[in-house]
Amino acid sequence: MGLGIEIRNKMARRAAEEIQHGMVVNLGIGIPSLVPNHLPKDLLVMFHAENGITGMGPSPKKGEEDENLCNAGGFPVTLNIGGSYCDSSIAFGMIRRGKVDMTILGSLQVSERGDLANWIVPGKKVPGMGGAMELAQKAKKVVVLMNHCDKQGNPKIVKECTLPLTSAACVDLIITDLAVFQVNETGLVLTELFAPYDLAAIKEKTGCPFTVNGQVRNIAY
Amino acid sequence: MENRFGKITTIEKVMELFHDGLVLMFGGFGGVGSPPALIDGILEKGIQGLTLIGNDTGFPHIGIGKIVSNERASKVIASHIGSNPIAGKLMHEGKLEVEFSPQGILVERIRAGGVGLPGILSDIGIGNEIVTRNKPQMTLNGKNYLIETALTAEISIVYAKKADEFGNLVYDKSARNTNPLVAMAGDITIAEVEEMVPLGHLNPEEIITPGVFVDYIIPTKGVNWKWAWE
Repeated sequence: MGLGIEIRNKMARRAAEEIQHGMVVNLGIGIPSLVPNHLPKDLLVMFHAENGITGMGPSPKKGEEDENLCNAGGFPVTLNIGGSYCDSSIAFGMIRRGKVDMTILGSLQVSERGDLANWIVPGKKVPGMGGAMELAQKAKKVVVLMNHCDKQGNPKIVKECTLPLTSAACVDLIITDLAVFQVNETGLVLTELFAPYDLAAIKEKTGCPFTVNGQVRNIAY
Repeated sequence: MENRFGKITTIEKVMELFHDGLVLMFGGFGGVGSPPALIDGILEKGIQGLTLIGNDTGFPHIGIGKIVSNERASKVIASHIGSNPIAGKLMHEGKLEVEFSPQGILVERIRAGGVGLPGILSDIGIGNEIVTRNKPQMTLNGKNYLIETALTAEISIVYAKKADEFGNLVYDKSARNTNPLVAMAGDITIAEVEEMVPLGHLNPEEIITPGVFVDYIIPTKGVNWKWAWE
């Protein structure tokens, strides 16, 4: 990932602000998995996993892992009160039927129209789409958490994705280590900046034009 | 325990059904809920050229991943192979054909096969050339859909927590995952189970897979691989 834990936690904390009481939320692997650590304790949220868990809880204590209770990434989790198990078809039925309020996932590229490219690098990495297409296409809100630039320093927010798309025009919000953008019908709108970055820095590192919200919030946590 | 349906048997006996080139469907998600004894039985018998149908290719030494890593499969129909780098390597070397299906559509294709439907209509990946390739499309109520074909297999292998004499199955937490769907889609379905109980000892309201879908039941010795998190 290449980002320090402090920055990853800032991004996760910002994503956590999107989550409201009563929501059903699916989290991808990587930085999105840090999001629950930043939610108020009294907020009732049902975390959904593709392998058939609704109401997924935090990781168990060491030594208390249950090999038959794992998240979609294969790592041990727990079940919160009110949680339930189902088979994979029901888990995806929830997604396609529009019952998942939000998905928070990582990406390789996002275009100015909200096209999402997060599943293959042709000739290099072809892991398969897993559940990403259903989630991107059918979750009510799609939030991307990713580095602003790749390891070579190239912008990951681009005019047109050069990598194969997972789903077109599906992303609603992009949170990077530098800034936050909303995706609307006219393109990207910068709404927030992580301290200490300024507008000039973001323009330089972003591969497409964007407009700036009248009142840009500076996030100092 | 009584065996009036003749379903309770041994790993040795069911392995007689396995042959080279078999189309095999397996339950499990990242190895969780995959049947360890049956997977080892396939390896030990030296079965080759399998077509595997299931959620993913596990990890190199976990679940169905063992079969893939030992180059016993010639084709895989799955949604994800990323957790098993050997699967990706074999695919790039041309030794393993991989057909990707979006995860929820893959299980719905399996479900369709299991409930006697020839296919389903789907709008998942409708604009995506990799998903739409070679698939017929049709318009229904003004919207365009892909026709996704049903999947069945000569043999389905599943892992369950409990079975009764008839093969009624109860699973364990997230180890349920694709198992109830895979159980329905096999011409022959073999359940590897942690516990066998007499008829009447499972709560009818809690049975997930009715025994009509299960042909053989064998006991398990449990998972014999080390999980990635251990």
